[in-house]
Amino acid sequence: MFQTRHQRAFWLQAAIGAALIAAALLLVRAIHISLEARGLSSGFAFLERSTGWDVAFSLIPYTPADPYWRVLLVGLLNTVFLGAIGLSLATLIGIAVGILRISKNPVIAFLGTAYVELLRNVPLILQVFFWYAIFIHLPRPREAVTVLEGIILTSRGVFLPGLNLQPGIALAAAAVFLGLLLAALVLALLPRPSIGARIWLPRAVRACLLGAVLGAGALLWAGRMPEMPFIQVAYLKGLNFRGGIRLSPELAALITAIALYGGAFIGEIIRAGFLAVGHGQIEAAQALGLGPWKVMARVRLPLALRSVLPTLTNQYVWLLKATTMGIVVGFSDLFLVISTAINQSGQTLELIGILMAGFLILNNALAAAMNLVNRRIALRGTQIRT
Amino acid sequence: MSEVSGDLPLDAPAGRGSAVYDDLKSRFFPTPLSGLATLAGLALAGWILWHALQWALFDAVFTGPPEACREAAGACWAVIHARWRLMFFGLYPHEEHWRSALACLLFLGVIGASCMPRLWQAGRLAVLWIAGFAGFLLLMRGGVLGLSYVPQEKWGGLTLSIFIFVATVLIGMPLAVALALLRRASLPLVARLAGLLIDGIRSLPLITILFALAVVLPILAPGALGSKLTRVILGMALFFAAYQAEIIRSGIQSLPAGQEEAAKALGLHYWRRMAKVILPQAFRRALPPTISQLAIIFMEVAMVMIVGIFDFLASGNAAYGSGEWNFANVEVYVFIALVYFVFVFSLSRYGAYLERRMRVGK
Repeated sequence: MFQTRHQRAFWLQAAIGAALIAAALLLVRAIHISLEARGLSSGFAFLERSTGWDVAFSLIPYTPADPYWRVLLVGLLNTVFLGAIGLSLATLIGIAVGILRISKNPVIAFLGTAYVELLRNVPLILQVFFWYAIFIHLPRPREAVTVLEGIILTSRGVFLPGLNLQPGIALAAAAVFLGLLLAALVLALLPRPSIGARIWLPRAVRACLLGAVLGAGALLWAGRMPEMPFIQVAYLKGLNFRGGIRLSPELAALITAIALYGGAFIGEIIRAGFLAVGHGQIEAAQALGLGPWKVMARVRLPLALRSVLPTLTNQYVWLLKATTMGIVVGFSDLFLVISTAINQSGQTLELIGILMAGFLILNNALAAAMNLVNRRIALRGTQIRT
Repeated sequence: MSEVSGDLPLDAPAGRGSAVYDDLKSRFFPTPLSGLATLAGLALAGWILWHALQWALFDAVFTGPPEACREAAGACWAVIHARWRLMFFGLYPHEEHWRSALACLLFLGVIGASCMPRLWQAGRLAVLWIAGFAGFLLLMRGGVLGLSYVPQEKWGGLTLSIFIFVATVLIGMPLAVALALLRRASLPLVARLAGLLIDGIRSLPLITILFALAVVLPILAPGALGSKLTRVILGMALFFAAYQAEIIRSGIQSLPAGQEEAAKALGLHYWRRMAKVILPQAFRRALPPTISQLAIIFMEVAMVMIVGIFDFLASGNAAYGSGEWNFANVEVYVFIALVYFVFVFSLSRYGAYLERRMRVGK
């Protein structure tokens, strides 16, 4: 039975597997006994019970009478919402900083370096606290600071211009926009086997993108409120501002911190990508008579983004996990909602399971999507090598 | 740039200017557009620097009661002056603060010493760190040699943050080596399980792991795994080990296969092969990413305040949170950020130095 190496390996693994399963069973039993001793029930029946507590920020209608599954959904949506805004802003800042960092002009390059070093070497949680302290120390609404005719900074939050719309229109416009955007992404990633497909697929992508902007815009314009301005800048009424979109200090602090901190890391990644683009590529583009902007937009940036996409994926997953920082300022993300639910319901094990499953699914979905993009935009052959 | 000073004709026209002038011109003003960017960049940097200095130095109040700060336009550093002991030492007994300070310096000394390539041998490093750790515990806990006993719950501030960092690395590094080797094991079940554990931890936010160990575990199994601080350190170590294991694994995989085959041909068995041939080379190759991982984990230690550990950041919150100084939170955060910056920036500079040093050999 133990004569060959193969057999020994098989039985050794069988023993390890059996030991692990036995340990897991014992653990579950011990926890079960400990919970029963204190009269706590287990199972997922609590998801249908109403919560009895409110959350500070929600994208969907929610009242304390709603069941637990709904508050978990609120938390998940908030995490995705914060992640989407934070990651997009961080990417934009990162690309800008990366371009500054590779500038031949020493003053410009120094500004990029100073930004990266300053923000990358301070813990994110501290930056969240810092920005929160800044946002709640802004002047009161009566002495509000106005930036660019419409962005109003107050201690009650940041007010952005909003649109005066009939109810339901905003949701419909968002659905049209996101749907066409998704269609464009799918079309862009489809395989292009024939020459015909190589011509009509990019056109279809462009048509979808144009349709997304125009369609959503037209829908919003059609749904405007009669006898009211289309774009509503927040205005002071009594002690606070009305109208427009209000970002609470919590959300504003989180978005600022994640975007600035993420921007520093993504800037370094983008810079490494630019450095990986061969000189020959740039010189060839210049020899073809392309101007500096075209060389950047058509040659350097696309090649750099391709070469950094795997690293960027890791950074995105890392930043998405950083949204759990919401708990330090009281933003109702998935983690805060779950920790409140544990306090209120006592269903510890189930809720921790949901939390971990939620992050596993979110992160793996993000990574899978990025890997799909990476595979589809990868250049065949050896062009990217230097 | 000392040549720039003196009576150099900086405004001399091109062509008959000095080499320094040509050099400066080609670097800062190669084309009109780039020259404009230089000027704009300098103006921006100057504007930021001027306002920062005005706030932090010229208009600032450095000592005195909170009332003195309320009238000042600049920063209120008086809060640091009044509360620095709380921030550095937490709730440690006041007359014993020198012990906390000494213990903190001891760890900084150990960290600094391990940066010297002369000590880079597993045996020497182990002796250094175990001796340092024992010295730290002796100083902080006391109870022997005439030092009064201070329970773990009273530890806090910067000393506690550095202690958590050191303990995390001390437990996490061997764990990382074990996980990396397990993931490369020839038994598929073992390799799969190690991979599952590493990837599972890597896709969870640190705070969920800390939360599960520090807050949830006592509810499910009261008394398991020691005090809250111990459980938090174990969670941090697990998190660190999952990331570090991948770094070590990539170091191992970057070695040419001939190394392991040669060691096999010499008749070395698995453990000697790993200890004498593979791991020393893998560590050397993995050194730059390891340093940046250490810098990241040093910053991540600040998260332990969420589960109620009285670390540097939590002490900072306490320093301004008690009534009279509550307007001065920005100053406290800037000060904490400065201390973190000094540590993490020197670590990352050291990593960059190592990277240059290793490239020289190639």
